[in-house]
Amino acid sequence: MTNSNAKTARYAQTLIAGLWRENPVFRLLLGMCPTLAVTAAVKPALTMGCCVIFVLICSNIIVSLMRNLLKPHLRILMFTLTIATFVTIADLFLKAFVPRMSEMLGPYVPLIIVNCIIICRAEACASKNALVVSIIDAIGMGIGFTVTLCVLAAVRELLSTGKIFEVSLMPDAFVPWAAMSMPVGAFITLGLLLGLVNTVTGKKA
Amino acid sequence: MDTLNILLMAFISVVLINNLVFTKFLGICPYLGVSGRIDMAFGMGMAVTFVVTLSGTLTWLIDHLILMGTPLEVTRYVCFILVIAGAVQLVEMYVRKFFPSLYDSFGIFLPLITTNCAILGLCLFLNLEMVDNILEAVIRSFGAGIGFTMAICIMAGIRENLDLADVPVCLKGAPITLITAGLLAMAFMGFAGMIR
Repeated sequence: MTNSNAKTARYAQTLIAGLWRENPVFRLLLGMCPTLAVTAAVKPALTMGCCVIFVLICSNIIVSLMRNLLKPHLRILMFTLTIATFVTIADLFLKAFVPRMSEMLGPYVPLIIVNCIIICRAEACASKNALVVSIIDAIGMGIGFTVTLCVLAAVRELLSTGKIFEVSLMPDAFVPWAAMSMPVGAFITLGLLLGLVNTVTGKKA
Repeated sequence: MDTLNILLMAFISVVLINNLVFTKFLGICPYLGVSGRIDMAFGMGMAVTFVVTLSGTLTWLIDHLILMGTPLEVTRYVCFILVIAGAVQLVEMYVRKFFPSLYDSFGIFLPLITTNCAILGLCLFLNLEMVDNILEAVIRSFGAGIGFTMAICIMAGIRENLDLADVPVCLKGAPITLITAGLLAMAFMGFAGMIR
C-alpha cells in the first residue's frame, strides 16, 4: 500500500512539475519559436497547444519503449524521425478537419518537429524512464506549454483587438494597440511576462 | 537582366524585410543561447548559413525531383529533417577538424543546429511559397543564413554592452534579451514596404 502511495505521489509530482516548477516556456526557456509565432490570438494558440500535447505524448511513448535499443550517437536522429512521423499525422489531421486553422498556422505545425520541448523531454525523461512516468511527464509538460501559450495569447489579443474569443472586454474608449499583434508585441510581452514570473518566484537569473 | 533583378529582390527581401528571426520567429533558441559573445555569434551564423544553404538547395531538389506529385509527399517532413541532420553532421565534423577551439566553445549548440527552426522553416517556406526556380531557391537559402548571421551579430553586440547596464533584477538574462529583440524587430519593421 505504501509502495503504491509513493508511486502515486511521484506521478503527481511529475505532473505538477511540468505545470509550474519546470514550466517549459517560463522556466526552461524552451519552444520559443511557436510561443512567439502563434500567440497573436487565443484560438491558434490553443490549437497549437493541442498539437504539441498529442505529439509529445506519442513521441514520449515510442521513445520510452525503444529506450534500451538506442545508440548514443544516433539518438537525436531517432528522436527527430519519431517526432517527424507524428507531426505529419497531426498536420494531415488539421488539414483534413480544420483547413482554415491549418492555413493560419502555416509552417508552424511542421515546425513542431524542431520544437525543443519535445526533443528535450525525449532526451531528459522518456529515454530514461518507464512508460507511465513518460506519459505523465508528457501530459504535464504539454498542458504547461498550452497554458503558457494561452496566457501570452490572451494578453496579446486583448491589447491588440480589445477582445478575446470575439467577446469585447475593454471599455469603448480603448484604442487597440496594433503593435501587439506584430512580432514586436510578441517579444516584449514574453520578456515582461518572464520578468513577472521571475519576480513572483524570486529567482535571480 | 530580369532574372537578376528578381534574384536580387529575393535576396534583399529575405535578409531585411522577411528576416527569419524578427518577422518569422525562427531560430530563437540559438539566438538567445549563443548571442553572448560576438565572435561565437559570428561563428554560429556562419555554420547556420552553410547548413541552411546546403539543406535548402538539397530539400528543394528532393522535393521537386522526387516527392512532388507522388504519394510520397506525406514523407516530406521526414525527408527534410534527414537532409538537415546529415548537413549538420558534415559541419560538425568539419569544425571539429579545423577549428577545435570554436568546436569546444559551441558545445551542445552545434549538434542542436539540427533542431534550429530557421533551417527547417526556410525549407518549408521554399515549399509553401512555391519557389520554382533552383537559382531562386539557392539565393533565398543563402539570404536566410545571412539574415540570421546579421540578426545574431547585432544582438551579440548589444548584449556585450548590456552587461554593463543597470537592469532591474527580475529582468536580467533572458527577459531583457527578449525585450531588446522586440525593439530590434520594431526597427526592422521599417524595412517593410521597401519592396512593393
